[in-house]
Amino acid sequence: MDTLLLQILNGLDKGSAYALIALGLTLIFGTLGVVNFAHGALFMLGSFCAVTFSRLLSLSSVKLDETKLDFLGNPTEIKTPYVEAWFGPETGAAIIDWAVPLSLLLAIPFMILVGFVMERGLIKHFYKRPHADQILVTFGLAIVLQEIIKAIFGANPIPTPAPDIFKGSFDFGLALGMDANKIIYPYWRMVYFSFSLVVIGAVFSFLQFTTFGMVVRAGMADRETVGLLGIDIDKRFTFMFGIAAAVAGVAGAMYTPINSPNYHMGMDFLVLSFVVVVVGGMGSLPGAVLAGFMLGILESFASMNWIKDIIPGIDQIIIYLVAIIILLTRPRGLMGRKGVMEE
Amino acid sequence: MSNLLTRRGLLKTSAIAGAGLAVPTIFTASSAAAYTNAPDGSGVTLGFNVPQTGAYADEGADELRAYHLAVEHLNGGGDGGMLSTFSSKTLDGTGILGNKVNFVTGDTQTKSDAARASAKSMIEKDGAVMITGGSSSGVAVAVQGLCQEAGVIFMAGLTHSNDTTGKDKKANGFRHFFNAYMSAAALAPVLAKLYGTDRNVYSLTADYTWGWTQQESIQAATEAMGWTTINDVRTPLAATDFSSYIAPVLNSGADVLVLNHYGGNMVNSLTNAVQFGLRDKMVNGKNFEIVVPLYSELMAKGAGANIAGIVGSQNWDWKLENQMGARYTGTNAFVQSFGAKYGFPPSQAAQTCYAQTLLYADAAQRAGTFNPCGIVEALEGFEFDGLGNGPTLYRAADHQCFKDVVVVRGKENPENEFDLVEIVEVTPTEQVTYAPDNPMFAGGALGQCNPGA
Amino acid sequence: MLGLNKKDTKFLLIVIALTMLTPFLTQPFAENSGLAQFNAGYPDLMQRFAIYGIFAIGFNILFGLTGYLSFGHAAFLGVGSYSAVWMMKLLTVNVIPGIILAIVVSGLFALVIGYVSLRRSGIYFSILTLALAQMSFNLAYSVLTPITNGETGLQLALDDPRILMAKNTSGSLPTTNLFGLSMNSSAKWEVLGHVFTFNVGYYFCGVIAVIAFYISLRIFRSPFGLMLRAVKTNQTRMSYTGLNARPYTLAAFVISGMYAGLAGGLLASMDPLAGAERMQWTASGEVVIMTILGGAGTLMGPVLGAGFIKYFENIFSKINDTVLHGWFNFLPDGLENLLVTLIHPFVGKGWHLTLGALFMLVVIFLPGGLMEGGQRITKWIKNKRSGGGDPNSNKTHAPKPTPHVAE
Repeated sequence: MDTLLLQILNGLDKGSAYALIALGLTLIFGTLGVVNFAHGALFMLGSFCAVTFSRLLSLSSVKLDETKLDFLGNPTEIKTPYVEAWFGPETGAAIIDWAVPLSLLLAIPFMILVGFVMERGLIKHFYKRPHADQILVTFGLAIVLQEIIKAIFGANPIPTPAPDIFKGSFDFGLALGMDANKIIYPYWRMVYFSFSLVVIGAVFSFLQFTTFGMVVRAGMADRETVGLLGIDIDKRFTFMFGIAAAVAGVAGAMYTPINSPNYHMGMDFLVLSFVVVVVGGMGSLPGAVLAGFMLGILESFASMNWIKDIIPGIDQIIIYLVAIIILLTRPRGLMGRKGVMEE
Repeated sequence: MSNLLTRRGLLKTSAIAGAGLAVPTIFTASSAAAYTNAPDGSGVTLGFNVPQTGAYADEGADELRAYHLAVEHLNGGGDGGMLSTFSSKTLDGTGILGNKVNFVTGDTQTKSDAARASAKSMIEKDGAVMITGGSSSGVAVAVQGLCQEAGVIFMAGLTHSNDTTGKDKKANGFRHFFNAYMSAAALAPVLAKLYGTDRNVYSLTADYTWGWTQQESIQAATEAMGWTTINDVRTPLAATDFSSYIAPVLNSGADVLVLNHYGGNMVNSLTNAVQFGLRDKMVNGKNFEIVVPLYSELMAKGAGANIAGIVGSQNWDWKLENQMGARYTGTNAFVQSFGAKYGFPPSQAAQTCYAQTLLYADAAQRAGTFNPCGIVEALEGFEFDGLGNGPTLYRAADHQCFKDVVVVRGKENPENEFDLVEIVEVTPTEQVTYAPDNPMFAGGALGQCNPGA
Repeated sequence: MLGLNKKDTKFLLIVIALTMLTPFLTQPFAENSGLAQFNAGYPDLMQRFAIYGIFAIGFNILFGLTGYLSFGHAAFLGVGSYSAVWMMKLLTVNVIPGIILAIVVSGLFALVIGYVSLRRSGIYFSILTLALAQMSFNLAYSVLTPITNGETGLQLALDDPRILMAKNTSGSLPTTNLFGLSMNSSAKWEVLGHVFTFNVGYYFCGVIAVIAFYISLRIFRSPFGLMLRAVKTNQTRMSYTGLNARPYTLAAFVISGMYAGLAGGLLASMDPLAGAERMQWTASGEVVIMTILGGAGTLMGPVLGAGFIKYFENIFSKINDTVLHGWFNFLPDGLENLLVTLIHPFVGKGWHLTLGALFMLVVIFLPGGLMEGGQRITKWIKNKRSGGGDPNSNKTHAPKPTPHVAE
């Protein structure tokens, strides 16, 4: 019982990342009809926004200390971050400590910009081209983006810790009256889960309750008619692309304390996120979110020891296995619409 | 630089002669020399096959730096590095056997397939007589097999699996780096000293051959000193988030977590474990501890503050000579030489690659030939010192180097970005030596040296 | 000839000529020139050109004709390799039984996967094939290690049974051969500073590639091929005329799976190792990229694409700073260093970057792949001669063999 609960919690949190990526992917697919293989790269770019931001905060003035020598016999450097110099050591240190959440300030505008540029500069020309071409060109873009990041930041993961107060974990078991250490759950993962709920909620309410969102939804359903009504749907779609990029970006930025970012993390998530989107049903936003959480939880279950004992290697293939079963029993995924991407 | 112009020593003279006469001649490669890619006296080509793309690209880059340095020193440039401390004095900075050392580089992509393709092109196209490098055991075993068949020497880079000099050993292949068995043998006594002899272990193991041999070795060594293994869980290679594997650990009654992971896997699993607060917990009245048997500088860098207090083993560390004395002479010479050129201290991968290049060059010099069989003979049973690891033996039975193993711990308060680990202890060679027929290394045979042609 | 019309016969003869002359075509630069780095005429790479050419030709039968985009074709390549290596371990290092088993096993495997996946179409089909192939890869890497030797890859060993061969006492592994003709034996010909290598393995692969090409040509021109194109054009209309598309697509799937298995078997025959990475999704993606890059649905395009990618992987990744300095040696130091700094990010460890950027350029500007590039150039030359005419008027599936197919 407690192990089940534990794995559900783990799954929710894995699922948050999947759901956020799949949400962005589906926004792009649903609005623009473009299969975006660079979406994983956008997630990765978001992570590196956090890295860049914390590096910016740590920019330091350098003083040489002649009394201590480093391994080459040169004087060692004493670095004082500028923020500490400006705001005083304590506030400065606190700002640096909160680099990851604060990096959203950089990630959101930057990712929206990236989205705009990508849509206007590249994707726009591919609306009428076959999906295979879209896949190839965005795949090429993903490689280019990740290689640029590799050239700047290297291939090694870069530690980007959460603020100090989120270190450690909360003991759910104790709170529920069980023994200590039965169900522990890291604070930052709770933050990530709540954050993902907020983002998902925001995207849905935006589409549901604003006029802008209404027009976009109408455009998703019937682009031509909306265009005939004299609405400049293209502009709105560009904007939606920006939003989708930003969703992937913030998902990436907030993910950095969970796993240190590296340049190929986008590719690691790419296949997975496509599986999530397809299982959810191409073009269905609730489907994407649902499938994200579902696959996260199932993945966690599959890693439980007694299940692994029964079926060796199940945790290696569970996602794909579920995808196959769902696609064979529900032809268009969980909540897919008829006629989307079947030709 | 004229590396390119002499890339193909074999052809140079004959090609020019042929061109002058414009008379086509047909001959088979094998009839030209007694062994594959025999140099003609104007230069010798070494093949540096390292990961340049993928997760281990940074490690590969560091290996390449070491190779550049080694070639520079062999050709008489730079400050000479470890040439002056190396116990064998045959190398004098005039290349190898009077041949200027040239090199080609390739990308293994950390895939055995791509690594073999790259090594093949070095042998077939560029005329390399020796292939070296690599950052994973799968690649090392695959390329070692290729070199055996092609008749060139393989000097393994970073490969830690028992299999490389165990069941997959080859006569043409040599490993300077230590292995999983040695890690375990070196760690066990230190762990007993630090954490007591009554501990329960839960281990997470990367689900491929290297992980398995590491787990097997650690389990055997820790159980021998009284620890109990409660559970060993295999984790998928592609896993990035290890939370679902780590969450049940505390609940299992274990008080030690062993992470048999390397590279990105290790960085993530350790980060996750620390995130779950395992290190702050008390289980069975003892502090919960985490052990990472195989450490590397780049992993330590990737895991950041999470490695504080975590114990593991290394083949070598750049602070070795300063902290552990003159037994490890060569270390400072290399660190100075490397640091002066690149601005930061070398990693253990760089050291092992540098040492391998020197060892190969020296063996060729002593053997008086580049013929792989001559080199094998010169390296088998070779005892040397002054390459930073203390007195070392290249054992004839399995082509594995036997030397001291460094046990390290992540520093609580690193003074600078290079000072991530502290040396806890150096386990002497005798303690990590095993018989060639140890069951963990059983199966397979060296076979005979193959000179190709 | 051989049941082909005049134009196709000419086309086939050109392909045969190109295959036979590959050792010359891929070795255009003299050994001592700075550009020798760009030569690709060494056995391993030439073999790969032929083998991945076969892989891409097979993939094109499915994707180019029916439009079904499989993202799991590498699984068949991997299965083929494993079967062939097992054959060499158990029976003999003669390559024939291995290749036959590779084709049979991958055909059966394709039948199973195809039967399951073809129940869906569009991206759902792609994801099904992707999922099945990824499962195969993950299992091959870990749980199935007794069969696949996991991470290290399946290799020959000294103590393999090889029951059809005499007991091996030499202490070294036997080399793969065709009835005694060793795959890795080569003859070299030096002339005018050039060195041309004629490798038995390459010619073996080359002959098989020509046969594979011929079969694919026949399929493209057959009623069966027409049926497959009908599936691509409009499956609904096809079923209204009373035709069931499924058997045709399944047949195409199995045929292309067998092509992939053949390629895998050949890879193992040239170099007896079967690594699990051969089955990873990136490997499946690679063949998709080869085909689209070259020109899906054209006969020669996929082969071009395969050559293009393998050339990049093997040649560009080996250009390091030392090589760059060697090229620009003749320039003044400052300029030399500037050029090296500028080119550095795109070669050696940056070869992925160049490849990614080139994909994008090709896809953006040449929607029909490299073949379209070739056609445009021919058109342009023709138009220049005759003057005027719409360059885009003649879009057919039948490719025009141009001098460009050289590579």
